[in-house]
Amino acid sequence: MLTAVPPVELPEIGGASGAASLAWLLFVLPALGALVLFVAGRRANAWGHWLGVATVLASFAVGLAIFFETLGLDPGQRTRELHLFDWMSVGSFTVDFGVRLDPLSLTFVLLITGVGSLIHIYSVGYMAPHDGGDDDHAEPGGDSSRRRFFAQLNLFVAAMLVLVLGNNFVMLYLGWEGVGLASYLLIGFYQDRPSAATAAKKAFLMNRVGDVGLAIAIFLLWLELGTVQYSEVFERIGEVGAPTLVAITVMLLLGACGKSGQFPLQAWLPDAMEGPTPVSALIHAATMVTAGVYLIARCGPIYNLTETGRLVVTLVGVVTLLIGAIIGCAYDDIKKVLAYSTVSQIGYMFLAVGLGPAGYALGIFHLLTHGFFKAGLFLGAGSVMHAMNDDVDMRRYGGLARHMPITFVTFGLGYLALIGFPLLSGYFSKDAIIEAAFGQEGWQGWVYGGAATLAAGLTAFYMTRLVLMTFFGEKRWENLKSDDGHDYHPHESPVTMTAPMVVLALGSVGAGAVLSGIGLTEWLAPSLGELQESDHGVLPHAVVPWLVVGISALGVLIAYLVVGRRPTPVERPEPVSFPVRAARRDLYANAINETFIARPGTWLSRALVYVDNRGVDGVVNGTAALLGGSSGRLRRLQTGFVRSYALSILGGSVLVIAAMLAVRFA
Amino acid sequence: MTPTYYLLLSALLFAIGAVGVLVRRNAIVVFMCIELMLNAVNLTLVTFARINGRLDGQVMAFFVMVVAAAEVVVGLAIIMSIFRTRRTASVDDANLLKY
Repeated sequence: MLTAVPPVELPEIGGASGAASLAWLLFVLPALGALVLFVAGRRANAWGHWLGVATVLASFAVGLAIFFETLGLDPGQRTRELHLFDWMSVGSFTVDFGVRLDPLSLTFVLLITGVGSLIHIYSVGYMAPHDGGDDDHAEPGGDSSRRRFFAQLNLFVAAMLVLVLGNNFVMLYLGWEGVGLASYLLIGFYQDRPSAATAAKKAFLMNRVGDVGLAIAIFLLWLELGTVQYSEVFERIGEVGAPTLVAITVMLLLGACGKSGQFPLQAWLPDAMEGPTPVSALIHAATMVTAGVYLIARCGPIYNLTETGRLVVTLVGVVTLLIGAIIGCAYDDIKKVLAYSTVSQIGYMFLAVGLGPAGYALGIFHLLTHGFFKAGLFLGAGSVMHAMNDDVDMRRYGGLARHMPITFVTFGLGYLALIGFPLLSGYFSKDAIIEAAFGQEGWQGWVYGGAATLAAGLTAFYMTRLVLMTFFGEKRWENLKSDDGHDYHPHESPVTMTAPMVVLALGSVGAGAVLSGIGLTEWLAPSLGELQESDHGVLPHAVVPWLVVGISALGVLIAYLVVGRRPTPVERPEPVSFPVRAARRDLYANAINETFIARPGTWLSRALVYVDNRGVDGVVNGTAALLGGSSGRLRRLQTGFVRSYALSILGGSVLVIAAMLAVRFA
Repeated sequence: MTPTYYLLLSALLFAIGAVGVLVRRNAIVVFMCIELMLNAVNLTLVTFARINGRLDGQVMAFFVMVVAAAEVVVGLAIIMSIFRTRRTASVDDANLLKY
């Protein structure tokens, strides 16, 4: 049974003063940057990328100032709101445009602007126009593509900050749609590639499905409570009846699943890797896709009241973390492996926040460490692609460690952090989630904990496979040419690219220890409630780390035996066993969507088109044809024969007079 | 003096005018028939004014005369221009404005 949750005490909300009164600068700066870059056009080509970097760095500085100011306050007073203006006011429906500064939102602000700054700096190098023969990042439009890229990246940062800073659900929705738009634009950034355009469309459509869920949840809250303000909603959520409450939580979860690439809406995230690699790192690994976790953690006071709602979240997390880990083992595309790894890791976060007060802080903890190491891994993958003519097929890599030492070391540290190597950041955050999962009672403890442990082993396997295929073994690229007919000349990336990788690698190593050392859970307590540890779990806490490390080591060993000891064929081996075949096809997720959603949808729309053409249009066109035909006949009365008109007038007059007389004398 | 006779005369004149408008083709004759109808109406107005011993019917008759005079000016001009272009004043031939 899930433990019954006592109502979490809501923090008192104070006004904002000092640095906090400048909180609006956080999202206004990147938004201004985006505006200038979009409007200035070609004139900004020369300096646009530096403006993009500067706005995000400035935003980071403001975030840091507010953070340190907040640290100086008593924990009970750390939740503050800053009212900016009345956004909408229609009848009894009012929406503030206000900022909520509390530990949760400030944590996200630092993650978004911090990792965002690093990735902006990295992009200056990665998106640079042609500097040699082997660089294919300059897309049509040459130099202006980098400016466009930074404009869209700034837009993303601004929207993401609105999402986490808003003090009501409508602002959350505004940011939610904003990041969706930015994500769409950036996935389809290489607009001359049909695959990128398709991936962008797919991401947008699948996100719409989730967004509808979020919108319905907000409507329901408004309907029940007449407010969309966080503080009022959380205070009065107890008034809502149980069935409606479950509906709200499930609809919120649907929104979260769409944005975070969780089952059953996970299929868009791997395709989103069509975008430039910095986008994959920032949007599709570190920040945007974790918005779902933020949403559920933010709505903790709602989820606390319904066991069913939390159960659904946990199950979604468990299913997704297994799906992601299984598919990650089969792909040869380095970015898609990392993408499925992201899907799987966000599954862990969903599992954690689904556990309620026992897990909210753990989910956010893993989100932060994941933000560091996964962003670092993606930047490393981008660096490898940069060196390998944009090739993503790991079967063409091999032996790259000697050619790009900085990339190798930073990537290696991120890899160790992800598989949970003891004392690196993943070890702290992921193990804590698995411990909490085993901390549940009865079947739930076994199912959650077992799945999470199994996925940890799979994670170790596919990541080891990735590292072995990329950095070790024979240099399979030596006798190959890339698709555009060039030889491969692997080389280390420029310093604007390696510097952020080094910083993120340091984060991957230290973030876990530092964050748990300085008490992240206590810091988050005003927003998420105290972390409740269960003593009645199916496995004691002391056993779990050994188990997880053991399983992960086993995964590494198997990967070494299967991949490291044998030469890797350049061509993908066919045929393969059924599990591999299924995993290569995303466990048939696309086929299932196609068969059960897309086809019936097509049939339905065809049927509706038929009804529309024959039925609705028939009535409309029929009316028009009837009027046209009858007036065509009536037209014949206009003969041009004046005396017949005169006769009509006379006849009419006689009739009128006769009628009047008849009325008079009747 | 019996007003009935005046009214009967007026009705007779009006009927002659109406029949003339309907059966004659010559625009000038049609025009004169219209004038005949107008004057039949004038006669009625004056008769009733006399019966009721009030002046408003008489005043109305003057108005009708003025309007009729103006109408004659415009109408004759139109008939003249039709005659000049088509060398005929038959109302049946001027039938271009139709479906």
